[in-house]
Amino acid sequence: MSVNLTLLTVMGALYACGIYLILERSLTRVLLGLMLLANATNLLILTTGGYAGLAPLFHQDTDPGQYNDPLPQALILTSIVISFAVTAFMLGIIYRTWVLARQDEIQDDAEDRRVAKTPSFDAEDDSVVPVETSEFPLTMIGTDGQSVSDVPAGAEATVTVADRTLDAEAAASEEQPGSRNVTIPGKEGSGQ
Amino acid sequence: MITVLAVHFAVAAVAPFLFRKFGRNSFYALAAVPAAAFVWLILQHGAVYAGAPGAGGSVPTGVAEVLPWIPELKIELAFRMDALAWVMSLLVLGVGALVLIYCARYFKDKDDYLGGFGAQLLAFAGAMFGLVTADDLLLMFIFWELTTVLSYLLIGYARTRLSARRSALQALVVTTAGGLAMLVGLIILGSSAGTYRIATILELAPTLVTGPAAGAVATAVVLILIGAITKSALVPFHFWLPGAMAAPTPVSAYLHAAAMVKAGIYLVARLAPGFAETPYWLPLVLGLGLATMLVGGYRALRQTDIKLILAYGTVSQLGFLTMVVGLGEPDAALAGLALLLAHGLFKATLFLVVGIIDHQAGTRDIRKLSGVYRSSRALAIVAAIGAASMAGVPPLAGFVAKESVFEAFLHYSTAAGPWGMVILAGLVLGSILTFAYSARFMWGAFAVKPGVEATPFKPVKPAFLAAPAILSLLTIVFGLWPAPVDGWIQPYAALFVPAGEDAAAAAGHLALWHGLTPALGLTAVTFALGLFMFYGRTAVARLQGLVPAWIDGDRTYQLAIGALDDAAVWITGRTQRGSLFFYLSVILTVAFVLPLTALVLADKPPPGNLFFIDPNSPLQIVVGAGIVIGALAAVRANKRFLAVLMVSVTGYGIALMFALQGAPDLALTQMLVETIILVAFVLAMRSLPAELRDRTGGRYRVIRVIIGAAFGITMVFVAIYALGARVAAPVSLEFPKLAYEGGGGLNIVNVTLVDIRAWDTFGEISVLALAATGVASLIFVRGRGDRLRTSATVEEGSVGRQQPKRSAGPGNTRDAAALAMSRRFAASSRDAWLVAGRTMAPERRSIIFEVVTRLIFHSMIVFSIYLLLAGHNLPGGGFAGGLTAGLALTIRYLAGGRFELREATPVSAGALLGIGLATAAASGVAPLLLGGQVFQTAILQFWLPVFGDVKFVTSTIFDIGVYVVVVGLVLDVLRSLGSEIDEHFEEHPAEPSDEQEAGGIAAETTAKGKA
Repeated sequence: MSVNLTLLTVMGALYACGIYLILERSLTRVLLGLMLLANATNLLILTTGGYAGLAPLFHQDTDPGQYNDPLPQALILTSIVISFAVTAFMLGIIYRTWVLARQDEIQDDAEDRRVAKTPSFDAEDDSVVPVETSEFPLTMIGTDGQSVSDVPAGAEATVTVADRTLDAEAAASEEQPGSRNVTIPGKEGSGQ
Repeated sequence: MITVLAVHFAVAAVAPFLFRKFGRNSFYALAAVPAAAFVWLILQHGAVYAGAPGAGGSVPTGVAEVLPWIPELKIELAFRMDALAWVMSLLVLGVGALVLIYCARYFKDKDDYLGGFGAQLLAFAGAMFGLVTADDLLLMFIFWELTTVLSYLLIGYARTRLSARRSALQALVVTTAGGLAMLVGLIILGSSAGTYRIATILELAPTLVTGPAAGAVATAVVLILIGAITKSALVPFHFWLPGAMAAPTPVSAYLHAAAMVKAGIYLVARLAPGFAETPYWLPLVLGLGLATMLVGGYRALRQTDIKLILAYGTVSQLGFLTMVVGLGEPDAALAGLALLLAHGLFKATLFLVVGIIDHQAGTRDIRKLSGVYRSSRALAIVAAIGAASMAGVPPLAGFVAKESVFEAFLHYSTAAGPWGMVILAGLVLGSILTFAYSARFMWGAFAVKPGVEATPFKPVKPAFLAAPAILSLLTIVFGLWPAPVDGWIQPYAALFVPAGEDAAAAAGHLALWHGLTPALGLTAVTFALGLFMFYGRTAVARLQGLVPAWIDGDRTYQLAIGALDDAAVWITGRTQRGSLFFYLSVILTVAFVLPLTALVLADKPPPGNLFFIDPNSPLQIVVGAGIVIGALAAVRANKRFLAVLMVSVTGYGIALMFALQGAPDLALTQMLVETIILVAFVLAMRSLPAELRDRTGGRYRVIRVIIGAAFGITMVFVAIYALGARVAAPVSLEFPKLAYEGGGGLNIVNVTLVDIRAWDTFGEISVLALAATGVASLIFVRGRGDRLRTSATVEEGSVGRQQPKRSAGPGNTRDAAALAMSRRFAASSRDAWLVAGRTMAPERRSIIFEVVTRLIFHSMIVFSIYLLLAGHNLPGGGFAGGLTAGLALTIRYLAGGRFELREATPVSAGALLGIGLATAAASGVAPLLLGGQVFQTAILQFWLPVFGDVKFVTSTIFDIGVYVVVVGLVLDVLRSLGSEIDEHFEEHPAEPSDEQEAGGIAAETTAKGKA
């Protein structure tokens, strides 16, 4: 199989420039780099066709080997149009980023940075759990010795905190470390 | 058996709906499932025990059911009900039904997530039943893990409590880690034996253990035992079981006393007949079992929570059970299963009692409980029966079982020498501890304590007490009449009897009264010392307080998990730094270092037939130089549009290269695409600043250059070697003939696209439609924006009018004058050339452009249709045609603004994309309906009055679809990046539309934009 070094050299240069550009922070340059990479890849596919030849338009008397290979051409045609669509999409992204954030640059991922700084103490894993000696801790909340045990259905046990009355279970689970799902019922309504 | 399983899981699936409708009483409905299965199980007794153990050991093999599942992996849904499985199922289903009944009174209707909880509990019963009846190692492992997952969910039932979440996770991590070790062991065992069928493996066991693979089998057995040890909470993994007490008490009763933790015991019992002789078996089983029994008993004495007393008691008993069941002697096997049943009965009873106390009194702390006995005698009696059975008091089940255990170990210790005596002493010590903590439990839960107020206690309803009462009744029955249980277990014990010996004689029998035996003596010693420890409990407690804290398994676990977390964060912090540049650099460096290394190491000579100048087209080298210069200029350009232009130069250069190589279609398409991309760039980047700043600076420039150059060079060499390695004739040599004869076209590339590789193209146009929709949704945000007012409704000269404030600046007098001039000249209200030209602001109009557009638009559209139709035989085709039409629309938009574009396209872009895709799809499907293949082409030849002979190829219809999709794509790009951005500018005139004009203004407007 013959190898066209001119095409390959141009391809190599395009790859080098494309890679250099996509390593930049500017989104526009990244997009331009991608376009150069696409062009370089098209050249690579073209090289697989070997020597330049006749345009692949069928003629009865022509030997098939004399045409330039039509298969890579079909692949490149597909690639060109897809690259166009992708470029348009990237342009949309660049514009959107600009409108939203006035940014034309790739930002460092703040979430990744945050993860890297995670402290080794994790409330879920490491906080001290108070000893629980009952699954029904609030059944004893009755004011007198008589009204113990089950709260009748429909009536919530309540705790008075300062000037407000809280749902007893909500108040209790608030005291468990790590429970963030409890909202203190404000004046607007109940905790749900 | 499979039906029983299926019913369990099916009812579990619908359980949440039941709960929504009937509340907590649905537990009764759920309980009916294992209860019915239990009845079925009793009825199966005859079949399972058919051919009862005669003298000399004709062992019944039980009932088997096999359903093929994945034959390639030798995995089958194989189930077998033999004596061991039958006894285990008895426990699993019976206790399961009772616990579900108990749940109906334990929970309240208003408890959250009750539906899911009920479903999980029932599914657990099913999984446990599957586990004990599975006859395939991998199937058993699946059920094993299923119970682990369900246990995680059940422990974590109170999901708002931190302790529940943490314990659930801990149990999951520990048991899954063991499960993984076990999986490896199972696979080693299965592949050594050549089958995963458990019954067959046990038959083969004697040859496996002594055969050539003896080492592998011994390793496998150890790995499997690790699984059993974690699941059954043996030292050193015992800590998860007390932690799991965060689960609701019924769950603790079922999973952590009667069923799930017995899975490990079951596994030991299942494998003991074949593998108890492997070298590591006895040290592991006896050593860890004894350690667990003593540690559990010791720690149970220190607890003040009655549930935790039971939990550590369970740990202790699990160690005990492991020792007995794993000993591998017939009498121990008999005693072991008896103890297993007895333990299931009394421990479930006691947990359920604890649940009732907690439910009625609101605490489980023995320092707060006082006088519960007076409040509820029935409860105290039920509990006393359970605790007495745990302590081994006659005439209860626990006594019968423990008596047999002592008997078996006495027998063993005489045979095994000094170690046997140590084991026996340990057993007795463990039993003393058991007696002591049983007494402590009863005292702590029920006794009247001086100085503690009597605990208020709500009366217990009979329905609530029913489940534990039934269990303790069974405990008594088992104790008084052990003969049936003996009959159930004998076939299993017979497995340990060497052939030719009398099974019944070797195993002995369960009985309440064996006579005055040494075992009875040991029991008496146990009672005496146990009572002594109980009465001296303050002294014992003081003594325990003096002992420094041991190495705590729980603490070790926390430290290990913490270290793992820290290591994960450290590694993540070093590798995931959040910088795209860093990630790309790493990826690309790998991408060039690996192939280059391979090339260098392979040290192959470069292929021959390399050439620089193609004899057929020597001009390539000139064009190539142009492309490279363009690319380098693009890299160095610091103005945005300059860089874009330079990339376009390389693009056009490539088009030229295509032409020189003999690819006119490609050249045409590339040319059109480059032009449209250039327009799209200009439209989209209007609002961005002109300068391209490089914030990364020079610091990383060298790295970028190195990576870029190295990557480029690598690609060149990889391509050279890859191309040089090709030897076969190209497949495309056949294409010309195929294209002409099959596809009916002369343009081979086009026929390839629409016929030979039509699927490819169909996929491609789908991607185009997606990308177009993506662009539109990025810009329009809400919807595709397919609605735009017609030009008739728009005020004249209103589009793009320059803001007076800006043009009236002091330094812009010349601009202002030019503006006034253009307004005077261009203020024409007639739609002279373009339909919507009048909507444009006068200063934006160009009469020449409008005239030219008027002249060439229709020609271009006609030309595009020509390209489309001629493409089958000449350069062109759907892509080129569509792009040409798109270019025509682009010109019209540039000349007449967005309303002109609206007038030019009565059909919306979305509709075009849809129509195009539908046309292409229809051309693919239609041949199918006519009896052909998908995308098959038909060639129609007919005569038309004006055209003469016409040769119509049906794949042209496909090409029309492509054409329409491409037009839709270009239209979407114009509408989004053009029209909509225009509108953004007009809606927000303060935004920096012309920011590039002056730095000072740019800075000011940027600040405004941010605010």
